[in-house]
Amino acid sequence: MSALAKPLSTPPSPAPQSEWNVEAVRVDFPILSTRVYNRPLIYFDNAATTQKPLVVVDAISNYYLYGNANIHRGVHYLSEKATDAFETVRHQVQTFIGARSANEIVFVRGATEGLNLLAATLGRTRVKSGDEILISIMEHHSNIVPWQLLCEQTGARLVVIPMHANGELDQAAFEKLLTPRTRILALTHVSNSIGSINPVKHMIQLAHRQNTVVILDAAQSVAHMPIDVQDLDCDFMVLSGHKLYGPTGIGMLYGKGSLLDSLPPYQSGGDMISSVRIEKSTFHKAPQKFEAGTPHIAGVLGLGAALDYLTRLGMAAIATYENSLLAYATQVLTGIPHLRIIGQAREKSGIISFTIDDVHPHDIGTILDRSGIAIRAGHHCTMPLWESLGIVATARVSLGLYNTPGEIDHLAETLNGVRKVMGL
Amino acid sequence: MNELRELYQEMILDHNKQPRNFYALPGATHVLEGYNPLCGDKLKLYLQVENGSVRDISFEGSGCAISKASASMMTDAIKGQSVEAALALFEQFHAMLSGKADAAPESLGKLKVFSGVNEFPARVKCATLAWHTLKSGLVGAHGSVTTEDEG
Repeated sequence: MSALAKPLSTPPSPAPQSEWNVEAVRVDFPILSTRVYNRPLIYFDNAATTQKPLVVVDAISNYYLYGNANIHRGVHYLSEKATDAFETVRHQVQTFIGARSANEIVFVRGATEGLNLLAATLGRTRVKSGDEILISIMEHHSNIVPWQLLCEQTGARLVVIPMHANGELDQAAFEKLLTPRTRILALTHVSNSIGSINPVKHMIQLAHRQNTVVILDAAQSVAHMPIDVQDLDCDFMVLSGHKLYGPTGIGMLYGKGSLLDSLPPYQSGGDMISSVRIEKSTFHKAPQKFEAGTPHIAGVLGLGAALDYLTRLGMAAIATYENSLLAYATQVLTGIPHLRIIGQAREKSGIISFTIDDVHPHDIGTILDRSGIAIRAGHHCTMPLWESLGIVATARVSLGLYNTPGEIDHLAETLNGVRKVMGL
Repeated sequence: MNELRELYQEMILDHNKQPRNFYALPGATHVLEGYNPLCGDKLKLYLQVENGSVRDISFEGSGCAISKASASMMTDAIKGQSVEAALALFEQFHAMLSGKADAAPESLGKLKVFSGVNEFPARVKCATLAWHTLKSGLVGAHGSVTTEDEG
């Protein structure tokens, strides 16, 4: 442990000691052995995107090198193999999130596209003037703007669940805001900005009493804790592959079978139709109904490799390790003079947003960067959240399964010197 | 860490801590808003332009050290200058930060302390926000500008 992480109000607890073999895990990620500005890379920007293990990159390159063919249409060997591999990943996703059927899994570009798909299709069929759509103040812009646009189009009203100063949603306010007019509740599982884990299971139960359709944004949670959609009972859920150690450009939309089937198509074209006549076309059932055009096959295969990888490590073990890292990082950062952690929910995932007195987060980001430490500085695509707290921007450290206590010590050491660099 | 010292020079840190002309200017003929959507930083620039000269100038807003110091030093450099001279200074400053100029011209004076920003591509927009806002005011485009307007 670095002696430079002092002064601390209390001595840090011992670094996380568990059966988690972080050094073995790190070997799986070639990028972690690279250097930036001639310093070892320390990657704390996992909420923006996670790094990729070699198995993911191999799955993508093997497909292009040895397995490339289009799916769902060929009668030849390669096409059948590619179709099999592609559909196997759908079953993997089903198992990973605990869905009833693989037909409940739609491949999309990412959580953003999943939410846009739902705003467009649910919007067309279930939302009318006077209805209400309920979101929370801590949503990512991707779970705000599609609903804003839908409200403009339909005359529905966007209603927002406020937050307590500690970063927990105001449950009493939520219960008041939930009414028979609430058509949709679109809610994040974990805040990408301050790490709060929302009590979504309970909130979903309450919403269902009002016949409200619940959409869960799990982009920030799924790589860091076990998730079971049947246990949570959400109606829809969206994910991004690149935040769970998979490739960019691929994500998933989960929907309960009957609900998915009731939705109209989103994009249309090849692969989603059963027959096309000039007078009228008929469509496949879900999930194919929502997968127009040749999909990101390589991305799906890379995603499958990422899910394999996470399953092998075990989501419960990952959560345990990351929780111990979060506790350690919180303790170390709390001891740094002039540093203030924003968001202290009782249930938190591995995200720490903070400010340092008289230093702008962008300057913190630049100083850390030159020490080889990658963090995010800014509004993290949650501007309404910061406005509600009266803050313009924060610096954000977000943890992943390959981060180490030693990296946190180095972070603390550098943060201790930030005010000096700024002449304070 | 030497590049950090190049970036955060004494003069920049001083202007960050004690920005000059940091208030709302009564009697301003132009009030402009600059916005950097990347970080959410906002800047309000006040100009008093009379007879083709910037008689007075001030600013308000929140921002990182680079954007605040840049705005502060810009107001010092522009105050009392003709509109033409101010626009010429914009061009020189912009060229220095975009690496188009081989060397920063002497006419930039103290503003040369920002030459180190060139090495920090992510921060160039912080240094130019105030200047883009100024330019939009001087060429007559009122309202809000963002750092995304220009490549």
